[in-house]
Amino acid sequence: MDRMKILLVDDEHEFVTTLAERLELRNMNVSIAMDGEAALGLVENDPPQIVVLDVMMPGLSGLEVLEKIKAIDSKIQVILLTGHGATKDGIRGMQLGAFDYLIKPIDIDELIEKLNEAAKSMA
Amino acid sequence: MSLNLKKWFNIKESLQMLTDVDSSSNRYQLFQRNIRVLMIVLTIVPLSMMALINYHQYQSSLREEIINPETLLANKTKHSFELFMKERQALIKSISSFYSFKDLSDKKTLNHILLTLKKEFSGFVDLGLISGADGTQLCYAGPYNLLGKNYAEQSWFQEVMLKGTYISDVFMGYRKFPHIAIAVQRYEQNGQSWIVRTTIDTTLFDSLIAAMGLDAESDAFILNKDGIFQTNSRLYGEVLEHCPLKIPMGGHATYVDERKGPDGRDIFLTYTHFTYPEYTLVIVKPKSTVLKTWYALKSDLFFVFLASSILIVIVVFRLTGIMVNRIKEADHNREMAFRELQHHHKLSSIGRLAAGVAHEINNPLAIINEKAGLIKDLIGYTPDFAQKEKFSTLVGAILQSVSRCRTITHRLLGFAKRMEVEVETLDLNELIEEVLGFMEKEALYRNIDIVLELAKDLPRIDSDRGQLQQVFLNILNNAMAALEDEGRILIATWEKDADTIAVSIQDNGCGMSEETLRHIFEPFFTTKKERGTGLGLSITYGLVKKLGGDIEVKSKEHEGTTFKIFLPKKSIT
Repeated sequence: MDRMKILLVDDEHEFVTTLAERLELRNMNVSIAMDGEAALGLVENDPPQIVVLDVMMPGLSGLEVLEKIKAIDSKIQVILLTGHGATKDGIRGMQLGAFDYLIKPIDIDELIEKLNEAAKSMA
Repeated sequence: MSLNLKKWFNIKESLQMLTDVDSSSNRYQLFQRNIRVLMIVLTIVPLSMMALINYHQYQSSLREEIINPETLLANKTKHSFELFMKERQALIKSISSFYSFKDLSDKKTLNHILLTLKKEFSGFVDLGLISGADGTQLCYAGPYNLLGKNYAEQSWFQEVMLKGTYISDVFMGYRKFPHIAIAVQRYEQNGQSWIVRTTIDTTLFDSLIAAMGLDAESDAFILNKDGIFQTNSRLYGEVLEHCPLKIPMGGHATYVDERKGPDGRDIFLTYTHFTYPEYTLVIVKPKSTVLKTWYALKSDLFFVFLASSILIVIVVFRLTGIMVNRIKEADHNREMAFRELQHHHKLSSIGRLAAGVAHEINNPLAIINEKAGLIKDLIGYTPDFAQKEKFSTLVGAILQSVSRCRTITHRLLGFAKRMEVEVETLDLNELIEEVLGFMEKEALYRNIDIVLELAKDLPRIDSDRGQLQQVFLNILNNAMAALEDEGRILIATWEKDADTIAVSIQDNGCGMSEETLRHIFEPFFTTKKERGTGLGLSITYGLVKKLGGDIEVKSKEHEGTTFKIFLPKKSIT
């Protein structure tokens, strides 16, 4: 099986680089973007299988980015990270086509599980 | 004292006192009392004044009405008497004119005249001719043997010789029954004078008095100028006795007098004086009879006054009672609304703060989580090295702490932004039993008796299952915490009214102080120290309110706590 190709989008540099490293340790192909624009550029040029997308970002919000990603390629699965305990954003995201949502701080095992499920759903 | 009274009636002040939110019942009592006193004074005073004015008006007008018939009666009777006397006097005068001395000296003629008088007029007893020169009775017709009797020394003889005519007071004389004498003097052309004298039975006076038609309680009699009875008095004595009543002499009008009689009764006296003879007619009536109508009216007046006063007092008391209760209720409602608003405000500002804090902390927490996670990963992927075990434990501890922090921030966020309401039709009894399922083991272990008194036909309600579960879980957790082992929890449900059902959860645990009770629904207020967040009941409160319900709590230290939750049957969202 090919290495899972994942795009991590979060404005928090320390968070996103560390998480990327951890996923790479788990044999995943991870690219990162610090904001919505960058993420969309990457999606266009080098489409990932799964995007892990923070909802709260300066500039384009996670939900807006989600919509645009789905517009570019609806097959790309998106897992949302919400900072709030609020399920509202998560549910809204699911309505917009997100695969699932996780609440920060995340549990790495839970994330892996979701990623696997998302990948499986694409196959 | 006057200052005190001023304070008492200062309605403005009492109204002022009521504007305070913290109004003790004592204040309402004071207010109620002031209003009552004020209203009663405002109504009773004009009523009393009106009654008093009426009383006096009635009294004066009625007095006139009562006195008038009395004076009329007295005048009428006086006239009858005067007429009676004048008539007799005129008769004797006529006789002395029509007959000559010679005629009257004839006993036969005299007898004839007396007979005619007796026949035509009543009361004549005898008739005599007396010599003007020496006072000897020259001729006599009548039942007694008085011929030859000399009257020269008697005062009436002197008077008739002086005045030409004379009417005596009533006297007994030789005849031994009350009578009066009328004498008329006549001069012959030759200078000789003679006197015609007659006596009249005064029983006729009694019939004149009887004609007045007085009732048994009343009395009427005639007095001479010395206050001697000229007729029998029913109340005060026989004829010729001295009258115990002092009647002022003189004057020509008819007088009315109210006084105490010799027997102590209140009497109403009407009297009038005759011109000649100097008699006084006295009518005595007991005051109670005369003033009967007045007394009746007075008692009516008094009754009306009393009845309206009582009515006013009752109405004032009822009205002020209702009014003060309304004010009390309104104040209470306002206070409750104010408290609720305050509470709500407190909750929402704390909620915002909590959300802000949680969100700010969440990001660095996420970084710590990932960094520590990476360290853990790296330790895991690296072959054994010195102190690998120790590093692993340290990282594990960091991750565990992060997890604890996450729980706290999630709870805070959960408090700030609760989940959306998902309404479904549910059976509250069923839901309570479900929730109790979570606690069964603990209850069994601690030997806590859970008693259910659930209404059998409780209507299903539209509400949020998850949130209600949380509500009951929170309250039951609190109840369990309050209980000693072997305590008891009583859960009851019932239909409160057409729109509401109610649940009560009662424990016989340690209860709460009033101070605790006041803060129980405030966030971060806890008595459990390290064990609680102080959010449980404030979340519960928020949830119940959000579901359109209401929650109330009653507690007594060392006796237990009762929570009552009221939920609408139909969802408000």
